[in-house]
Amino acid sequence: MNAITASQSNIKLISDVASLRADIPALHQKIWGKPLAYLDNAASSQRPQFVIDAVSNHEKRNHANIHRGVHKLSQRATNAYEGAREKVRAFINAGNSREIIFTRGTTESINLVAHSLGLSQLKSGDEVLISWMEHHSNIVPWQLICERTGANLRTIPITDRGELDLEAFNQLLSERTKIVAIVHVSNALGTINPVKEIIDKAHSKGAMVLLDGAQAVAHMRIDVQELDCDFYAFSGHKMFAPTGIGVLYGKKVLLEDMPPYQGGGEMILTVTFKKTTYNTLPYKFEAGTPHISGAIGLGAAIDYLSRIDFNAIAKHERDLLEYATSQLSDLPGSRIIGNAHKKTGVLSFILGDIHAHDIGTILDQEGVAVRTGHHCTMPIMEFFSVPATARASFAFYNNRNDVDQFIGGLRTTLEIFS
Amino acid sequence: MNEIQELYREVILDHNRHPRNFGEIEDADRVVEGINPLCGDRITLYLRLNKGNVEDITFNGTGCAISVASSSLMTDKVKGTSVSDSLDLFDKIHRLLTDENDYQAEDLDKLAALSGVRQYPTRVKCASLAWHALKTALTGSETNTSTE
Ligand SMILES: Cc1ncc(COP(=O)(O)O)c(C=O)c1O
Repeated sequence: MNAITASQSNIKLISDVASLRADIPALHQKIWGKPLAYLDNAASSQRPQFVIDAVSNHEKRNHANIHRGVHKLSQRATNAYEGAREKVRAFINAGNSREIIFTRGTTESINLVAHSLGLSQLKSGDEVLISWMEHHSNIVPWQLICERTGANLRTIPITDRGELDLEAFNQLLSERTKIVAIVHVSNALGTINPVKEIIDKAHSKGAMVLLDGAQAVAHMRIDVQELDCDFYAFSGHKMFAPTGIGVLYGKKVLLEDMPPYQGGGEMILTVTFKKTTYNTLPYKFEAGTPHISGAIGLGAAIDYLSRIDFNAIAKHERDLLEYATSQLSDLPGSRIIGNAHKKTGVLSFILGDIHAHDIGTILDQEGVAVRTGHHCTMPIMEFFSVPATARASFAFYNNRNDVDQFIGGLRTTLEIFS
Repeated sequence: MNEIQELYREVILDHNRHPRNFGEIEDADRVVEGINPLCGDRITLYLRLNKGNVEDITFNGTGCAISVASSSLMTDKVKGTSVSDSLDLFDKIHRLLTDENDYQAEDLDKLAALSGVRQYPTRVKCASLAWHALKTALTGSETNTSTE
């Protein structure tokens, strides 16, 4: 928790973001004989040595099950796990650590809300409002719940720039709207949505708002109280922590009224065959032995990030995005998908009629890792009438050399397909 | 030749640029759709069969260079041959794409160019999509096939 205090007091934060590249072991290797340019951060980010050490230290010395043993290791593990919860609370500025539920990731967080809240509160004729730019994980759970409850799923359209059509949103929002579930930052387009405005409007109609923060947390400071969102979901592995761990933040008053999502150990107080009483928050929603080392890794990633000035991260990534955008725009046949006014470092594109998959293979040969395909956002691909895009996405540890290597690889691609 | 040109040989690039037998057959006996969910490749095969022979075969759809070229090369090779020879060819191509011992069949002609994908495990599915669709068309009653 030292790092949290560091960011809250006036201890100087690291603003020389470029120097941090040295902290990430995976970046210092060759792929097909070329230095690795890792530009697939929106899919999953790489871990700092600091995070790797925290996890390995736990595994070596402190592992035991939590909340169960009276012995020393169990106490250490419990303290570390609950310590990580407190770090997450501070990281997103939640009011209470009981509002932090550990999950497997964004997908499970959204499913938890859809099942628990959706099944218990949605009625036939109610509406759930999502958008055209949602990741499948913020579409399919709601489809499943709407089918079962008779609620209707409505969709906010997007514009050619790849921004939400806010006028359409205003029209779609009504007293029937019970839940608005929106991506904070689009993984396929990079668009930063005006979530504060959406939340205020939704609340004025009595609707609750869930934000999918998977692509936001590594790139901007999140303050869930200032946003006043009802739920916020994110994944550890996109913010320099291990896979298999994620977070659901929910307002305490709402979580308290929601029925459990899964049953099992840890989430109960007493069990008899007549009646089981449920544990208090957050344990009510954490059935079974959780991903203890993952939570500890997430806590370490937060400590790591807390030493860095988020404004400097944003500036660095914006610089890389602008540099890459202008270089890419010079290539014949390039078309960038997603030109929102406010974007994170996500560059989705097509190159003439060269299929994204071929681009990806040739870039890989040049040491450049990008994502190709539909990015789990098939409706976006449909909207822009493309079968797939290639996507470069930046994190704080990328630099202009990565971009140069990326553009060089695209030139090679153009030559091969000329 | 560097490794990437081993994959994108001239034959592949040519068949990607100018796919042969591209289009529909209106009175097709078999229509099979093949989907590769990983990259969104989607091709439809149309076959007209006559007395145990593949009298006509075409395809359409969208896909990467590897899957388009593979489909194009396949239709070229299979058109006019017997169903049983086509199924033999499926087995040969399957081995060509996946065999670690550098399997080379003799009578593959241009299809031998597909062997470049062996170095790229993620691309084997692209090359085999059309072939799985062919096998479904020739043997199965199903009308869809997927490489997943
Ligand atoms: C915007 C968005 N939402 C949700 C997810 C799903 O995250 P996870 O697979 O970690 O559950 C992702 C990850 O791809 C994403 O980018």
